[in-house]
Amino acid sequence: MTLEGIKDAVVEIIQDIIPDEDLSAIDEDKPLREQVDLDSMDFLDIVMELRKRYSIEVPEKDYMELNTLNSTVNYLLPKMESL
Amino acid sequence: MAQQRIVITGVGLAAPNGDNLPEFRSALLEGRSGVSMIETRYMPPVPAGVCNFDQFKHQSKKASRRGTRAGAISIYCANEAVADAGYDMKSNRADRVGVFIGITEHGNVETENEVHNISQYNYDVKFWTHHHNPRTVANNPAGEVTLNMGITGPHLCLGAACAAGNIGLIYGVQMLRLDEVDMAIAGGVSESIHTFGIFASFQSQNALASHEDPTKASRPFDRDRNGIVVAEGGALYVLERLDDAIARGAKIYGEIAGYAYNSDASDFVLPNPTRQAECMKLALSRAKMKPSDIDILNTHGTGTGQGDQNECEAIREVFDGCYRLSINNTKSFIGHSMGAAGALELAGNLPSFDDGYVHPTINLDNIDPKCDLPNLVLDKPRHLGQVDAIINNSFGMLGINSVVIVKRFVK
Repeated sequence: MTLEGIKDAVVEIIQDIIPDEDLSAIDEDKPLREQVDLDSMDFLDIVMELRKRYSIEVPEKDYMELNTLNSTVNYLLPKMESL
Repeated sequence: MAQQRIVITGVGLAAPNGDNLPEFRSALLEGRSGVSMIETRYMPPVPAGVCNFDQFKHQSKKASRRGTRAGAISIYCANEAVADAGYDMKSNRADRVGVFIGITEHGNVETENEVHNISQYNYDVKFWTHHHNPRTVANNPAGEVTLNMGITGPHLCLGAACAAGNIGLIYGVQMLRLDEVDMAIAGGVSESIHTFGIFASFQSQNALASHEDPTKASRPFDRDRNGIVVAEGGALYVLERLDDAIARGAKIYGEIAGYAYNSDASDFVLPNPTRQAECMKLALSRAKMKPSDIDILNTHGTGTGQGDQNECEAIREVFDGCYRLSINNTKSFIGHSMGAAGALELAGNLPSFDDGYVHPTINLDNIDPKCDLPNLVLDKPRHLGQVDAIINNSFGMLGINSVVIVKRFVK
C-alpha cells in the first residue's frame, strides 16, 4: 500500500468508529483527540480493526504513535507497504 | 405512618406495534399485531416482536455502536418519558434522579455476538472485543441512560426474569418513598430477540410458538396455542411524589395504588397459582382495595398451556364473582417482551383512564376450557365508561411473581 492508501484505510477505520464526525477537515499533524471525539476505548478499536482488516499488531508501547493521522500513517508504512 | 403517594407523570415506550403511547394504544384498540418473522442464528425463521423506533433520535451513532440494544431501547424510552413528563433535567438536580430498569437477562446477546465474531477468526481470543465487559455488566441498560442524560443519582438494573418490568416500577416507587431520589425513571426493557439462545431454549422446552402467519403466533388462552413469541421493547415511566408533581403542574397518568412481589419456592419454570393469588391479594391489600374495585386485569398469559391455566386458576381464586372486571392480554398483540412485559403491558392499559375502553385479547379463536374466564375481552375493545383501577400481572422463571395496581388519580 502507498502512503495515500494507508491514510485512506486509517480514515475509513476511524470513520467507522465515530460515524457522527466529519473527518474531511482533519489537520493531519494535530493530535486526533484534539479534533474529534476519540477516547481510549476508540483507540483500542483502531488497534482491533487494524488487526482484523490487515493482520497488523500494534503493541501497547507503540500506542503513542497513533497520536496524529500523519504519525499513524508513518508508523504503519513499514507494516503495510507490502500489502 | 402514611406512605407518600407516588404518581406516573411520563411514559416512554418502544413496542413492536408503536413507538409511543398514542401509537401503541391505537394498535391495541385497532387489533394490530407487532409480530413478524425474523432470522436468528442456527434456527429457521421464528416469529418475534420487533421494534422500529428511531434509535438515533436520542443517541449518537458512536454511542449506539459502542452500547447494547437494551441500552438503546432504554435511552429511547427514558428520553421520551422525560419529554412526555415535561420534566426539565437542567433545572432539577441530576443527583436526585434515579434510573431503575427491570431486565429478564442481560449479556446473552453481546456474548453470542462475540463468540460468533471470534468464530470468524478460528476462535482466537485476541479478536474478542474490549467492549464486551461494559456491554455485559448487569447495570448496562440503566448505566447507558445515565451516560446519555447526565444523570448522577443511583442507577441499576433489576434482574427478575419476566416479572422485571413491574419490579423496576416498584423499585422506583420504593426509592421515592425512601427519599433517595426526587424523580425515578423506572420500568423494564428487553433485547431478547437478538439472542438465539432464548428461542432455542424455549424450543427445547417445547414452549416456542410457531405459526404460518406470525401475527397469529401469540395466542394466549387459545386451545391451539403452541408457546411463546419472544419480543423486544421497553417502557420507562417518570415517577414522582404526588406533592412534587402537583407543584410543577405535571400531567398525571395515574397513581401507583399498590404492589407486591413474592416467590413460588416450588419450581424452576412451572408457575404456582397459589403464590400468584397470594401476590395479587397482597397488592390489593396494600392498595386498600377489594377485588371488586378493579376494572381491568392485564394477564401475564404467555401462550404456554400450564402457564395460562395456572394464572387463570389464580385469577379465579382472587376475582371469583367480580363481574365488573374486564380481563385482557397484551402479549397476544406483541408477544412476550420479557423484561419489558410488565411495564409495557401496563402502559398499553393506562389510557383506559382517559378513553374508557379496555383493549382485547386477540387470536383467541377456540378458548381452552381451563382458561374460560367469564370476563375475558375478546377480539374487539369493550367500552367500560369510567375506569378506576387496573391490576397488572407479571410472572417469571424461578418462581417470581409481581403485581402492580394503578388507580385513576383523584386529588
